[in-house]
Amino acid sequence: MRIITINGFTHVVDMPDDTPLLWVIRETLQMTGTKFGCGAGLCGACTVHLNGEAVRSCQTSLEEAVGQEITTIEGLDPAGNHPVQRAWIAEQVPQCGYCQSGQIMQAASLLQKNPDPSDADIVKAMDGNLCRCATYVRIKKAIKRASVDMRKA
Amino acid sequence: MDTIERNTKSQVSRRHFLVGTAAAGAGLTIGYALAPRILGSATQAFAAGNYSPTALYTISPAGLVTVHVNKSEMGQHVGTAQAQEIAEELEVDWKDMRLDYPDFTAFFTGGSLSILTTFMGTSQAGAAGRMALIEAGAKEMGAQVADCQASKGWVIGKNGQKISYAELVGKGKVDKVYKEDDLKTISLKKPGQYKILGKSVAALDIPPKTNGRALFGIDFFVPGMVYGKIARPPVRIGAKPTSIDDTEAKKVPGYLQYVSTPDPLGVNTHYVIAIADNFPAAMKAAKAMKIEWDLGPNKDVSSDDILKRAKQLVNDPNAGALYWLIGDPKKAMASAPTKIEAEFTTPLASHVPIEPMNAVAFFDGGSLQIYSGSQLQAAHQPMLAGATGLKPEQVVIHQMYLGGGFGRRLDDDDVMIPAALASKAIGRPVKIIYTRDEDLRNDFYRAITFQRLQAGLDAKGDFVAFQHDVCMASSAERAAPNLLAPSKDKGDKVKVDGSSMSGADSWYGIPNYSSRDITNDLGQRATPPGFLRSVSTAWTFFALESFLDEVARKTGKDPVELRLSLLTAKGVDAGSAPMSVGGAERIAAVIKKAVEVTDFHKKHGKLGPGRGIGIAATTHFRDTPTWTCGIAEVSVDKSTGVIKIDKLTTAIDLGLPVNSDGALAQCEGGTLFGLSLAMYEQGTMHNGQLDQTNFDTYTPVRMSQVPEVSIHILANGNTPVGVGEPAVTVVAPAISNAVFDAVGIRLRDLPFTPDKVKAALKA
Repeated sequence: MRIITINGFTHVVDMPDDTPLLWVIRETLQMTGTKFGCGAGLCGACTVHLNGEAVRSCQTSLEEAVGQEITTIEGLDPAGNHPVQRAWIAEQVPQCGYCQSGQIMQAASLLQKNPDPSDADIVKAMDGNLCRCATYVRIKKAIKRASVDMRKA
Repeated sequence: MDTIERNTKSQVSRRHFLVGTAAAGAGLTIGYALAPRILGSATQAFAAGNYSPTALYTISPAGLVTVHVNKSEMGQHVGTAQAQEIAEELEVDWKDMRLDYPDFTAFFTGGSLSILTTFMGTSQAGAAGRMALIEAGAKEMGAQVADCQASKGWVIGKNGQKISYAELVGKGKVDKVYKEDDLKTISLKKPGQYKILGKSVAALDIPPKTNGRALFGIDFFVPGMVYGKIARPPVRIGAKPTSIDDTEAKKVPGYLQYVSTPDPLGVNTHYVIAIADNFPAAMKAAKAMKIEWDLGPNKDVSSDDILKRAKQLVNDPNAGALYWLIGDPKKAMASAPTKIEAEFTTPLASHVPIEPMNAVAFFDGGSLQIYSGSQLQAAHQPMLAGATGLKPEQVVIHQMYLGGGFGRRLDDDDVMIPAALASKAIGRPVKIIYTRDEDLRNDFYRAITFQRLQAGLDAKGDFVAFQHDVCMASSAERAAPNLLAPSKDKGDKVKVDGSSMSGADSWYGIPNYSSRDITNDLGQRATPPGFLRSVSTAWTFFALESFLDEVARKTGKDPVELRLSLLTAKGVDAGSAPMSVGGAERIAAVIKKAVEVTDFHKKHGKLGPGRGIGIAATTHFRDTPTWTCGIAEVSVDKSTGVIKIDKLTTAIDLGLPVNSDGALAQCEGGTLFGLSLAMYEQGTMHNGQLDQTNFDTYTPVRMSQVPEVSIHILANGNTPVGVGEPAVTVVAPAISNAVFDAVGIRLRDLPFTPDKVKAALKA
């Protein structure tokens, strides 16, 4: 039995300690915005924030998550109105949409640390997030748009 | 795929539109019935359900219009496009449009066919709703129908009196049937009159895809549900278990039992499914099971063996049959003074949607309920019925968002069937999820292809004969034999597969022209072939368009001029209304556009050492063509063999792009999907099993590999054509031609890896 904090709420989880956090979030707690893509930290679909840092929840165990502040796409902004989410809509980024929770969480973490990223900074931060629809052109544009918005605010 | 839609089209001509009340209080529903005769009113028809009426959209008493989307959403935002079509003719404000996704209706989503096959019917349905509301409004206002018009959800009389759609719907009196003859009198708007069609609107399915609320198949839960993980044999197909021992699995907390069952339809061979009360436990248990397998006939097959077999078959003049035949290419070839020949290969490629295959299945009061993202509900429903002993109408497939389709979910039955069989066996709802290695190793692949192209030229270097042989495992032969067509030389004795051959029937007006379809029997057996985004046109045009560049170089012709000279638009290449009106002239137009915007002739042969530009033009498909030209600009590092893609330009004639920005997004994604297949994706097989297991070894394009992408859409008001796939097809040949322009080597084998570049430079 473990207690973890996700989006400010505590949850009691009865799963083995080595269970990937991904499956605890998705299947045990049924918060399905966080996606399963590869199970090996190679695609980024499962990206969440651990104390504000983007991590792959498929490579993070339940035990490692105890006592940490976990944020998922559902908790990035209570109204889904984070500047990155607004930029994703303005640039019409998602196609199938499946990888986009992970892309948005990765981008939000980048902008938190680096409010004015260069093209190279964006590529470096985002290269671990696969998009099979290849929406990369628009992801770049959206990150730049969000960067401008956040610096204005 | 074509044929499924052709059948649908023939039904369209018997379509009657119903404008009436489908459910009390829900508002006014506009749908169609495929019945040969209509009894009673629209509202009676909806109530009885005996005409199989299909609801297309409903107007609520508040005036909101909900489109009941009958195509799967897999990234193309097709519901938004359908809503634009309806809003345009119905005359309502865009802000009042909504979407929903009804449970199973017999549909299919693929082949870039959604809009071009439904545009007319959907637009007519919008017009039928408007006409019925104008008639009802005129009656309410005591005006003549001819004096009334509709605008922004209002019926307006000639003296300015008006009544809203909302009020008319609230009164519940609209009840109208438009029969086939009535439909002919509906005149739809012309391009100059459009207010919503052809414009950019924000896709209605995007907001939930930014906040985690969009529900994909994998996101569905039902009380009492357990998880299944299939324990796979070490070969792709053909293995049967000889013993199963779950002693170690029983030590995994949460493990319940296993289910072992052959695939009753032969989609796969056999399923051993570990069942547990959570998915991590199911994964552990599947791994812990000790299973002995009879590995079957494919245990020694490698991708090299399949390619070797293809070469044998292409060398056999009696193998296969003709898909395309104009004139007498054999005779013309024999007497041609100059012959040019080249061979091209493409490897196994996998769909790898980021959402791995998954399904939830459960039985509810005699019905089978399925939650899974599917592109081919029309086939999956009867297949599931056959596998579980139910009648098709007892199977309900619920629409979910697809976390990528790309053709993979045309074969979604491979996960629905084991989920349904497991649920039947244990009497509980079952959710099966593929792990990534399982998804890669159990795909229905883009087949290994081997092609030989031969040109016969006269003394001036002009084409007199062209022969194009294509050898591959046939996706239609495996999955949809009803799509096979009689061959040109052997008729019904040897049939041919358009989804594997289309493109080897190009619009180039060569007087003696044939293509031969040769099924690779070994590939067919060991690597079940599927339909990967753009299917055959991604390999046939890779070969044809690279080959044309070779012919141009060898005959001292300009590659653009050579293409334009062959695009005569005469005879079979003249095209016909509505789908291919303009014919080969429309390819010429996109070529000219792409050449102009890239300054091709200022760059071709002139970019300097290690830099090059290349061109390719395609039509996807022959019967439903989208006209596309791609230009690649590259830099090649001779020492490392690395090709850097500097820029990709795609010019595409879409007739009418329904949602301008949505079409642009499809072309951007399609171009980069083509780049991925050209440069970065390769499946290899040893011992009957794919070597690649995850995204470290199977490597679709990532952001760091994305060049500048420039899309030019030609909108000329012709019938809207498909946009999801065509841009994929131009990229590989454009790059191969650009590499020749840069460093003088021919790359005829996908993908273009540094090793192959270095080897060709040495040769």
